[in-house]
Amino acid sequence: MADKKRTYEVVFIINPDADDNEVMRLSEAMQKIITNQGGSITKTEMMGRRKLAYEINHKREGVYVLLEVEGTGGEIAELERRMRVNDQILRYMTIRVDEDRRRAEKLKGRRARKAARRGSAPKTKAAAAESKNEMEDEYAA
Amino acid sequence: MSTNYDERESGFGLEREYERAGMGGRGPRRMQRRKICRFCMDKVDLIDFKDVKLLQSYVPERGKILPRRISGICATHQRMLAEAIKRARNIALLPYAAD
Repeated sequence: MADKKRTYEVVFIINPDADDNEVMRLSEAMQKIITNQGGSITKTEMMGRRKLAYEINHKREGVYVLLEVEGTGGEIAELERRMRVNDQILRYMTIRVDEDRRRAEKLKGRRARKAARRGSAPKTKAAAAESKNEMEDEYAA
Repeated sequence: MSTNYDERESGFGLEREYERAGMGGRGPRRMQRRKICRFCMDKVDLIDFKDVKLLQSYVPERGKILPRRISGICATHQRMLAEAIKRARNIALLPYAAD
């Protein structure tokens, strides 16, 4: 159970007063924490400077960074612990995405199967008639 | 009436609809057409919390989540949407409350 691969999305907001170098340094440091703990980074996205919807620590702006992490969960605990004590990081949020993605896949598959069973989207009248004909053909055969 | 449908289906239109519903009384005209879930039409399987533009159209001015009875979204997608909006609120992409 514990050694199963999981995928997480980690978003964190860096203090807007930090300059670009510091932002890079911080995000690299965070990635290093993950890799040191045995996790792997599958995606990094600098979402850039954005206005916050509400004030956090009297700041109205923040630099958003998104990481996609693959691991067992232990490295997330370490990462969160480190982010909690870092006062340059205004906020962070981790979301487990593998389950949701799997569910989305499943829904997609189910829909594809449904469409196939109906004989390609019977949305238009012509298509509906066609599928009806197909059914009749099957009967005749 | 059919000509301004497009306008009403937009985010702003939904918002107006919402305000009218809040008035309590019967509006000058009720929605007659049964609304279809827009996410179902677009075959959306996953609503991303980072998609602020999309989420914003379901968050009227006050910052509340637009109810299903106004937007006409199906239950499944409303659940996904609500989850995404709450996540977006957590990292200050959307407000918890605004005025």
